[in-house]
Amino acid sequence: MFRTLLKPFERFFDFHARTHYRAERHSMALTVGIILAAGVGGIVEIAPLFTIDETVEAAPDMRVYTPLEQAGRDIYIREGCYACHSQMIRTLRDEVERYGPYSLAVESQYDHPMLWGSKRTGPDLARLGNKYSDDWQVRHLVNPRDLVPESVMPQYAFLLTERLEVESLSDRLAALRTLGVPYSDEMIANAADDALGQASPDSDKAEGALERYGDATNIRSFDGDAGRLTEMDALVAYLQILGGLTDLPARIETAAEE
Amino acid sequence: MMAQLTRAERRTVLMILAIAALVGLLMAVAGKDDPMGVHGWIVIAFAGVLFFIAGNAIYDPEPTEDRSISYYDDPTKVGIVLSLCWAVVGMGVGVWVASMLAWPDLRFDAAWSSFGRMRPVHTSGVIFGFGGNALIATSFHIMQRTSRARMPGQITPWFVLLGFNLFCVIAASGYLMGITQSKEYAEPEWYADIWLVVVWVVYFILYIRTLARRNEPHIYVANWYYMAFILVVAVLHIVNNLAVPASFAAAKSYSAFAGVQDAMTQWWYGHNAVAFFLTSGFLGMLYYFLPKRAERPIYSYRLSILSFWGITFFYIWVGSHHLHYTALPHWVQTLGMTFSIMLLVPSWASAGNALMTLNGAWRKVRDDATLRFMMVAAVFYGLSTFEGSFLAIRPVNALSHYTDWTVGHVHAGAMGWVALIVFGSIYALTPVLWRRETMYSWKAVEWHFWLAVSGVVIYVFAMWNSGIIQGLMWRTYTESGTLKYSFLDSLVAMHPYYIARAFGGCCSWPERSSRSGTS
Repeated sequence: MFRTLLKPFERFFDFHARTHYRAERHSMALTVGIILAAGVGGIVEIAPLFTIDETVEAAPDMRVYTPLEQAGRDIYIREGCYACHSQMIRTLRDEVERYGPYSLAVESQYDHPMLWGSKRTGPDLARLGNKYSDDWQVRHLVNPRDLVPESVMPQYAFLLTERLEVESLSDRLAALRTLGVPYSDEMIANAADDALGQASPDSDKAEGALERYGDATNIRSFDGDAGRLTEMDALVAYLQILGGLTDLPARIETAAEE
Repeated sequence: MMAQLTRAERRTVLMILAIAALVGLLMAVAGKDDPMGVHGWIVIAFAGVLFFIAGNAIYDPEPTEDRSISYYDDPTKVGIVLSLCWAVVGMGVGVWVASMLAWPDLRFDAAWSSFGRMRPVHTSGVIFGFGGNALIATSFHIMQRTSRARMPGQITPWFVLLGFNLFCVIAASGYLMGITQSKEYAEPEWYADIWLVVVWVVYFILYIRTLARRNEPHIYVANWYYMAFILVVAVLHIVNNLAVPASFAAAKSYSAFAGVQDAMTQWWYGHNAVAFFLTSGFLGMLYYFLPKRAERPIYSYRLSILSFWGITFFYIWVGSHHLHYTALPHWVQTLGMTFSIMLLVPSWASAGNALMTLNGAWRKVRDDATLRFMMVAAVFYGLSTFEGSFLAIRPVNALSHYTDWTVGHVHAGAMGWVALIVFGSIYALTPVLWRRETMYSWKAVEWHFWLAVSGVVIYVFAMWNSGIIQGLMWRTYTESGTLKYSFLDSLVAMHPYYIARAFGGCCSWPERSSRSGTS
């Protein structure tokens, strides 16, 4: 039966075998063949994503991460949080009901790299911002099992004592700008001060952060101690902005319900 | 190690090592306030140890034998030993992190020992350390034997092997310090990535030059697969790792792509790391060692050809099936799914080709655990590729994605296909390389086989169960139309399976470290 099925393709197979008989005597023919064969799929699937307008929605109110939030994001990456938490709510009913409006492409427009994740050992975090208080987040990070006895998350108490390194923040924002994140010269120059200001509301530096990143910016001491800037401040500031960079997802959902 | 190098070659080696140490010193000085500085010291130490070994041998007598008449097997031997060392490290850490999910306090109270930092040590240790060294070592063996030609130089093989191991060391130590760019299977930072490109280009040149010296008109099947592995991994690695470092004196960099484009690029890379690192290369192993051990020719040469080009062409399309129902445009998701299903044909062509080759040799499969390793590997290859195509189907993926089902699937591939074919190949290769009649103890090989297979089976069944239960719990509704279970309920339900998994991992692990008879 196999033979009858393949009969119509016999000439193709023969042609293929003859060509191959020649090709496999030349290592360069093989090399070129492999690169060509393996190149097509990537070009067809990836290149258009950069050129088609519909790939990413327009969201005029989309804002960038503040230096403190970006520092928190870098800590989130450093600790490998992405290994257990996704940041991508899929368009499935149970996910939208559990986590909130599904994630849009524009929400990770400034995410270098994206943190969509591939595994949920813990819950999705795409809309974690403002779901819990700062105090809850801090205590949960210090020892998750104090608040959630069944949790299997590692504890991150050391973040509370680790001073946040702010000196490199200007370089970091500058690198992000070369990749297309719209940080202004002023934002880059004042990155370290803005990070300090965002976590100490009573200082003069808080003004600058508000001015540069908008009135809606969270200005407060995230770890409960305004006197020092810790890695905990940064990570909590980042967690509290998740899902809050644009209002577009909420607006789309309202429209759907009406 | 050094006995076959001439004096001039030994001097060149010392020079290369001095340059490496200098680069290490630069990194150590420039990055003194950054984890990159620690890596500088690691590079210096790595080069220093090798410098000591090479320097010690510099006045040893010149090699006397006529080297052109024999194959150069020293790097292969060292590569196999290194591969086994990494197996112990990678799988040991795997058992540890698996246990952490059942007992989260099973760690030191230190930053480096959290699940998030240890997990990539496990994946990189197993994929790149264990798998990569096995690939490099066997490729040196196979390309010489099938070309009936010695490798063209004696330094480049060492450069490839040890350079690659330096990359692995930098990667693993970096994770513990928190150096990662968070791209799955591509976690190392920019300087490690650049180093890997250098090593990889030398690897390709070495391969091509050996083929150019061959005394066989045709390039044997196994070599096509190894070439696809080397070439496409280079392309994937370079594109996916394009990044801008925040400073040349620090490790941190930012991916050149963002959001949806980054996600697609990452999975284009990620799934094809599976295709070209974990499949093509190991198929090369299969296509050489299985017929050799069974003492039968490959069942169908044409099937080999079709399978090879099918895999090379189709696989590159399928990465987007990791992104079903996400913000990735729908047309890309559909393309990924379609090609994933078509991919079953060339995959099964190879699995079937391997099993049909055993026709007339089943008696040997019964008596010889080494051949049985390869046979079961081919079966697991067939099973995993079927499961892979199945999981790429949109509605199935909705249930499986984000759950342990995916973890179970990749481990069926890693433990069932990759590890078993490597062990089969090593058991076949070791007596040849060290010029012995057989392995030291066939009983130990037999034990290893049954422990490894039961480990995989326990592991995979535990993860299938936990994954499907987790996926179903997330989408179960009460009669009044509300979600029935909280996320925490599903987490609690996982506990027994996490224990079973750690146990399954344990079965596959310790006898690998105690296997006897490499020399």
